[in-house]
Amino acid sequence: MPIHEKSLIRPENLQVHEKLEVEGVDVSGHWSTFIESRVVTDYNEAMEDEIAALPGGEYIHRCWQCGSCTNSCTVHALNPDFNPRYWIYLIRMGMESELLRDKEIIWQCVSCNKCTYACPRDVVPEGVMKATSHWLELKGHTPKSHSMIFDEIFSEQVFKTGKIEDGRTVRRFFKRTGQALRQPWLEEMVKRLLRNLPIGMLTRMGMANFITPKTKGWSGARDAIEEYVAEQESHHRQALRLDDLVEAARKEL
Amino acid sequence: MSEKREKYKEVAYYPGCALEGSGHAYNRSTKALGKKLGLKLKEVENWNCCGAMEVKNIDPKIQTYLSSRVMSIAANKMNMDVVMAPCNGCYHNLKKAEYDLANDQKSVDVVDKISKKAGHETYKSGQVETIHALDWVKETIGEEGLKERVKNSLDGVKIANYYGCMYTRPRHIFPEKDAGAGSESTSKPHFMDDLLEAAGAENVDFPLKTACCGGAHTLSDCDTSTKLVANILQAAEAAGAEVIATECPTCHSGLEMHQIRAEKTMGLKTSVKIIYFTQLLGMALGLKPKAVGLHENISDSFDFVKTKGLA
Repeated sequence: MPIHEKSLIRPENLQVHEKLEVEGVDVSGHWSTFIESRVVTDYNEAMEDEIAALPGGEYIHRCWQCGSCTNSCTVHALNPDFNPRYWIYLIRMGMESELLRDKEIIWQCVSCNKCTYACPRDVVPEGVMKATSHWLELKGHTPKSHSMIFDEIFSEQVFKTGKIEDGRTVRRFFKRTGQALRQPWLEEMVKRLLRNLPIGMLTRMGMANFITPKTKGWSGARDAIEEYVAEQESHHRQALRLDDLVEAARKEL
Repeated sequence: MSEKREKYKEVAYYPGCALEGSGHAYNRSTKALGKKLGLKLKEVENWNCCGAMEVKNIDPKIQTYLSSRVMSIAANKMNMDVVMAPCNGCYHNLKKAEYDLANDQKSVDVVDKISKKAGHETYKSGQVETIHALDWVKETIGEEGLKERVKNSLDGVKIANYYGCMYTRPRHIFPEKDAGAGSESTSKPHFMDDLLEAAGAENVDFPLKTACCGGAHTLSDCDTSTKLVANILQAAEAAGAEVIATECPTCHSGLEMHQIRAEKTMGLKTSVKIIYFTQLLGMALGLKPKAVGLHENISDSFDFVKTKGLA
């Protein structure tokens, strides 16, 4: 894989004077190009602790920046901006505004666990990616990603009945994300699936739409799980000071 | 080896949700294969979802609980000491729960609290051993046993063996792998290669055995998944494979779906067939294509198996 060169000079930090004369010499245009100096002052010192308080982020402090995670990363190979090592660095430094530049792609981690396999410090970078995506959503920096919506639909069903039925999960996902089910590739897939299926199978599949698969006697487990999840959510709200955020926003309004 | 050979002959069978839906062909072929080989599968009674990737993302400890309940039933209700899960996701999650319950007191406490409220015995680490369908066939029948039983050799079938992510990563939840002679490797897995080769197949040198198919985002980030699957399909074809053998329902349907999507959205047409290893072994042992659920695959390989003398 080629080494990814990243320009450290951003266009918005370049200054060019259309008309500039210095000691009688005209240095207009690109002769006067310089980079605006920047002193970082906007650290968010709480960011590492907040992300460490979310499931998966617990071991972020162990990172020593070797880069094995990024080097092994499936998504990095498709998009060089997807850089777990760099994000872990930013989080530990508290450089929130830099992290937010990549906020739209962090959720794309595919959980292949190549990073966790390669990491010599047991940071569990895959977990850190999940915790960071949750943090971005909880703090209101990004809307819920499609991945998060899928996880929620799936988990709701498991918590309620103990099992999932995949057709139903898919339909709910498309509905909740406002996507049409009639997409050419999906239709082609169904067409090919139906080609060899006997009638009996089709009836069985059709019935699954009406009869939800269930684990018997699940209500005890359901209540216990829901209680635990609510408890955890309240811990996370506290750790991320979300109520303070809401209060501050209310005052501003 | 021989100890496992006896131990795995009768196991608690945990199909999981996918095998009752999109991965039904894997369920059918696993059961048919077991029957053909004289191996006994006792389905885990009243099982629940293992938690999959999705519940793990919401809260990892709930996933640990869900997986522990399955193992608790196998151990405490059915008196079994081995759980066999053909789905990589289920297999991975049960292994992960086993690891967490052996090493993390917080997980033990959460699982105990929820189990008591749910009204069943708390699973204790070490009560069962979780194995994959590959371990099951490899240890009980093995290459020699398969060779003796083959009716329709897979002779002339060129196969890329695809194991995916969850079967090997992360290493620490699979203490029995990378453990010397006879054990599975996490960097270059070979159990599926060994079994299919014993059934006569020609395994190609496939570099993406443990690459990711993007299964976690197969619907929520379609473009990424299509690109990842396209890589796998093209690499398999470049290596000369006619078939990609799979051992995970999420990988399998991901490959099938995105093979079509790559064709429709990227104009990339590939013809490599996607078939579960249990289907291939079943047909090699003389089972009819329908008996191993070939009709339940999206990737249509009826004509292909006929030309190879498997139908």
